[in-house]
Amino acid sequence: MSDDEEFEPVETLELPLGAWHRAKGARIVEFAGYHMPIQYEGIMAEHLWTRENAGLFDVSHMGQLMLSGEDAAGSLEKLVPGDISALKEGRMRYSLLLAEDGGILDDMMITAAPMGLYVVVNGAVKWDDIGYLREHLPDEVTINHMDDRALLALQGPKAAEALARVVPGVDALFFMESGTFFWGPKTDPEPLWISRSGYTGEDGFEISVPAAHVMRLTEELCAQPEVKPIGLGARDSLRLEAGLPLYGHDMNPDIDPVEGNASFAISKRRREEGGFNGADRILKALKDGPQRKLVGFAVEGKMPVREGAAVFSGERQVGVITSGGFAPSVGSPIAMGYVEREHIATGTALEAEVRGKRVSLTVAAMPFIPHRYHRRGASK
Amino acid sequence: MTRYYTEDHEWIEVDGDSATVGITDYAQSQLGDIVFAEVPAVGATLKKGGDAAVVESVKAASDVYAPVSGTVTEGNAALEDDPALVNSDPEGEGWFFKLTLSDTDELGSLMDAEAYKAFVDGL
Repeated sequence: MSDDEEFEPVETLELPLGAWHRAKGARIVEFAGYHMPIQYEGIMAEHLWTRENAGLFDVSHMGQLMLSGEDAAGSLEKLVPGDISALKEGRMRYSLLLAEDGGILDDMMITAAPMGLYVVVNGAVKWDDIGYLREHLPDEVTINHMDDRALLALQGPKAAEALARVVPGVDALFFMESGTFFWGPKTDPEPLWISRSGYTGEDGFEISVPAAHVMRLTEELCAQPEVKPIGLGARDSLRLEAGLPLYGHDMNPDIDPVEGNASFAISKRRREEGGFNGADRILKALKDGPQRKLVGFAVEGKMPVREGAAVFSGERQVGVITSGGFAPSVGSPIAMGYVEREHIATGTALEAEVRGKRVSLTVAAMPFIPHRYHRRGASK
Repeated sequence: MTRYYTEDHEWIEVDGDSATVGITDYAQSQLGDIVFAEVPAVGATLKKGGDAAVVESVKAASDVYAPVSGTVTEGNAALEDDPALVNSDPEGEGWFFKLTLSDTDELGSLMDAEAYKAFVDGL
C-alpha cells in the first residue's frame, strides 16, 4: 500500500449545513475547499454580537481526527512540541505540527479523549496533515478522520447559559476542558463531544456532532435568544483582536514556534528533553531569542494595513504584515506580522507601506481585546 | 443631469462637462461594512477604466475605477470621518469625487439606469 492513494479534492465541497446557511441569507465564499458562509447580516454587526451575546460558527470544514493505538501520545510527541503524554482525560492543549526542520505545518488542538487523542486541525491543510501523520506515525497508531462529524463553535459571554439550556450540565466545564454530554430526549439522547474553547478570545464551546444531526442542533441553538449565526468574516476579525494566529497567514512552514509567538506551546518537559522535530533549532531560538517574531501592531489613522504590506524602520524593510484589518471592538485598524528581532519590543515605532504611502505602526501587546475565558480557579 | 453606470458598479452623474462619481447600492451591499475610503486628490488626471479611488470593507480593499477620463475637481471630504456614508447613502451623500470630463464621447459606452438594473439582475 502506498500513502498516495488519497488526493486533495478538486471540487468545492458542501458543508452539512450548506443549505441552512443559504436559507439564512448567508453570502457564500469558497474557503479551504468548501462553500462557506462569510457573513449573514454583516461582519461588523456579527462581530459585535459575538462580543456581547453568543455567536454560532459552522467550522465543519476543520479536520477532526482520532489517533488511537499503543503509545499514540508518545509517537505524536515526535511531531509536536507539547507534553501530550501528561494530558489527563478531558484536558486539551494547543499545539503545532512540526516539519523535520521545525517549521510549522499546522496548528491544532489536541485533547485526551476516552477513545484516544482527539485532534482538530485546520480545514485548509487537513489533507496534508493526514498524509504527514500517516507517513510519520508508526503503524500501531490508527488515524481515524471523522468526516462524518460536523463541528460547531458557540462563542461569547452568553454562550454558556444558552448552550446549557440545550445541553444540560455543559456549563460545568472550564476553559480547555472537554467531555461527552447528552443532548435531546431522555429516551434517545445523542452524545456530543464538547470542549470549552474557541477562536474568538471569548468564553465559548466547540461541539462535535454527527453530521446527520447538526441541522437539528443548529436550529435548537439558534432558537435561543442569545444566539445568532456568525460567518467567517467576523471569525477572522474576532480572532485577530484576540491575537490568535491564522495558519497559512501568520504561520507557515518557514516559521518555527518561537518565531510564531507560540513558545507557550513548548511544554516544560519537552524543553528539557527535546526529542521533537526541529528541537535543535527551536530550543536554540528559545534560549537566544528568535531572529524574527510575530508581533501585534496598532495602526495610526483609519486606513487598514493588510496582509502582504511591507514594514519599514526608516528606509529599511524589517518585516511584513501577515494579517490586518479593521477591528470592530477596538474601533481602528490593527495588524500582526513578522519583524526582525531588533524591533519586537512593545512600543517600537515602525511604518507600513500601503499603496505607496507610509502608515505609522506601533508594536502592540496582544491580545488587542482581553481574553475572557472561563478559567478554572480564576475569580469571577 | 443624466446618471450613467459601469459594469464595475460605479455611477456617474453628468451635468455638462462636469460629473460626480460614486459606487452603486449593489456595490456597497456586496462590499459590506465600509471602514475606509480614499478619494483622489484635486487636480489628479484620471483615465477611463483606471484606478481612481479605494474603498475598504472590514474584509478587503477594492478599487473604484474612473467611469470616464477627466480631471478631479473635488474629493468627498465627508468620507474621511464617516466612510459608512458609502453604505447608508451610496448614490447620494456617499459620493467619491467630482471631475471635469475630458471627452464626453466616452459616456456613450456607459449604461443608463434601466440597462444597469438589467445587468445587475443578470448577475
